[in-house]
Amino acid sequence: MFRYEYYLRNKHFPHIWCTGCGCGIILKSLLRAIDRSALSKDEIALISGIGCSSRTPGYVDFNTLHTTHGRALAFATGLKLAKPDLKVIVVSGDGDATAIGGNHFIHTARRNIDITAIIYNNHIYGMTGGQASPTTPLGKRGSTAPYGSIEPDFDISGLAIAAGASFVARSTCYHAVQLDKFIEKGLSKKGFSLIEVLSPCPTYYSRPNRLGTAVDMMRWYKENSIPFARAKDMSAEERRDKVITGILHDIERPEFCEEYKRLTERVKGT
Amino acid sequence: MTSSNNTDTRLMTGNEACAEAALVAGMRFFAGYPITPSSEIAEVLARKLPSSGGVFIQMEDEIGSIAAIIGASLAGVKAMTATSGPGFSLMQENIGYAAMTEVPVVIVNVQRGGPSTGLPTLPSQSDVMQARWGTHGDHPVIAVVPSTVYETFVWTIKAFNFSEQYRVPVIVLLDEIIAHINEKITIPAHDELAIIDRTLSSQPPESYLPYKNTPSGVPLFAGFGTGYRYHVTGLCHDETGFPSSNARIVEELYLRLNRKIDQHRNDIIEYQTLDLDDAEICIVAYGSSARSAQRAVRIARQDGIKVGLFKPFVLWPFPGEELAELTRKAKTIIVPEMNLGQIAHEVSCATRKDVVSVNRVDGTLITPQEIVKRIYDVQV
Ligand SMILES: Cc1ncc(C[n+]2csc(CCOP(=O)(O)OP(=O)(O)O)c2C)c(N)n1
Ligand code: SF4
Repeated sequence: MFRYEYYLRNKHFPHIWCTGCGCGIILKSLLRAIDRSALSKDEIALISGIGCSSRTPGYVDFNTLHTTHGRALAFATGLKLAKPDLKVIVVSGDGDATAIGGNHFIHTARRNIDITAIIYNNHIYGMTGGQASPTTPLGKRGSTAPYGSIEPDFDISGLAIAAGASFVARSTCYHAVQLDKFIEKGLSKKGFSLIEVLSPCPTYYSRPNRLGTAVDMMRWYKENSIPFARAKDMSAEERRDKVITGILHDIERPEFCEEYKRLTERVKGT
Repeated sequence: MTSSNNTDTRLMTGNEACAEAALVAGMRFFAGYPITPSSEIAEVLARKLPSSGGVFIQMEDEIGSIAAIIGASLAGVKAMTATSGPGFSLMQENIGYAAMTEVPVVIVNVQRGGPSTGLPTLPSQSDVMQARWGTHGDHPVIAVVPSTVYETFVWTIKAFNFSEQYRVPVIVLLDEIIAHINEKITIPAHDELAIIDRTLSSQPPESYLPYKNTPSGVPLFAGFGTGYRYHVTGLCHDETGFPSSNARIVEELYLRLNRKIDQHRNDIIEYQTLDLDDAEICIVAYGSSARSAQRAVRIARQDGIKVGLFKPFVLWPFPGEELAELTRKAKTIIVPEMNLGQIAHEVSCATRKDVVSVNRVDGTLITPQEIVKRIYDVQV
């Protein structure tokens, strides 16, 4: 039995999340991945913005920082540069990361600073009551898209790859075992690593879109996920409305803190 | 640069003095985004921080800049950003975050004309109220307003001291004139400068309460990654740092945040007076306008007019009580400022005297002659 209690701030339960919410599944996966990475609690800083997903840090016994909406990666950049021996992890919702925080998102990826970001993608603004987000799929409803969204949605992983992240993986709350592995890999990667996790919001996404219960969402993830290796040979038509899971990107690039250190040595040497 | 008798005398601009002083104060993390007329502060620090064991980073915008310095300060590093009006507006939400979470940071705002892009290369003093009230919510700030290059040096160091001592964001209000003017300054010997660091907790981590009240009202600090694992949030929180909406706890937090500045008001407030003892007319001036005001007092005194100057170095908290006391005998107060009367209103509330404004919002400095003219106007 995995000892979640060791990592949790047990006094601060019950949590605020709805029954069937994916946030808890991702939290547990994160703890298992941290445990396997043999990181001590003292060396981890867990940082978030604002949203349901961003409440994660309050429940875990690390150095935890709950910042402002969309800005977690910028706070994390400052902390990481000031204390590079910390393992800095950011958790963020799809709105937090790609709407209000979109600018920090692309620039953190571009710098390739050694931060691991886990994006809980529930396709909706959960905390504020189900408004459409940049990842609400075309045609799907939110409280501010009552007739269905007419905006194309963001591909969070694709955005991270294009902006310069060195490790990008996508999974879902159904694939918890796979998710553990991806987070573990992300944590050990030197550079900006991003793990996108599709996560059910039964309260504000499933209901208006008639997608059933949380269990139905899990079933949907199971039946509509295609491993990256297989998806590569499929046509765009075949891939439509599917979730491509797997390690999508894994390259070596100069990491920002190391580059900064190199710069200081160069400047001092002259 | 000349050096004799161990004194270090140099010609430098206000922006350079600000950057140099920050290094002397122990600042080792700067994050910023270029904006006129503040960019030289970033440029000096981009050159100097890497060899001083510090970090310089140019962020993607001002919101990211202030976020990054708060993150760095949580690691225990003194941190600063510098900007001007548009960037200062963007920073407001996170200035409030620093106030709420009690993370020491220094924000330099080299004022230019606004609103919006306004007058990028010309001076203004129109952000003085924004410095006080720019963020949402009820929280105190400290803002300092130097009026010379030398004062910029000294007050940048004091800004760091205040922010460390009281764990608040401190705003250094410069303006384009002071930022770019070249003046000869003698840099005080380092051992003459008091440098204050935040007080660290010596509690064992198990019993550490990150937001526990102390006699000074300022909680004891523990850096992230030093073995104290705690939670920081911009939500209302109790002394453990965890969110609370309990009415008593919420009220206690707000009152303590305000009290920690109110109760040290006398240690924070500082001002200078000139010829105020017998003055019937008092000029209240700060920043660049104080330079002209000082000259105006000299000119009018030569004509036998009983006029004096009150020049605050600390604008927030406002030295209202001190001003009221010092101007008890004055009939009229003149407030020259490069805005439409922001501090004049504050002066009027504090002194309940006749307050006459001398305003300029055209991007030019208020001249001594303009102030002298107003002195003659009110004298008759
Ligand atoms: C500057 C600012 N704007 C708006 C909000 C209100 N707000 C809080 S959470 C949120 C959206 C959260 O959605 P997401 O990031 O997708 O996270 P989720 O709640 O779905 O996990 C918004 C808009 C805020 N807190 N701050
Ligand atoms: S509203 Fe949605 S995202 Fe928020 S806790 Fe409930 S299920 Fe989770």
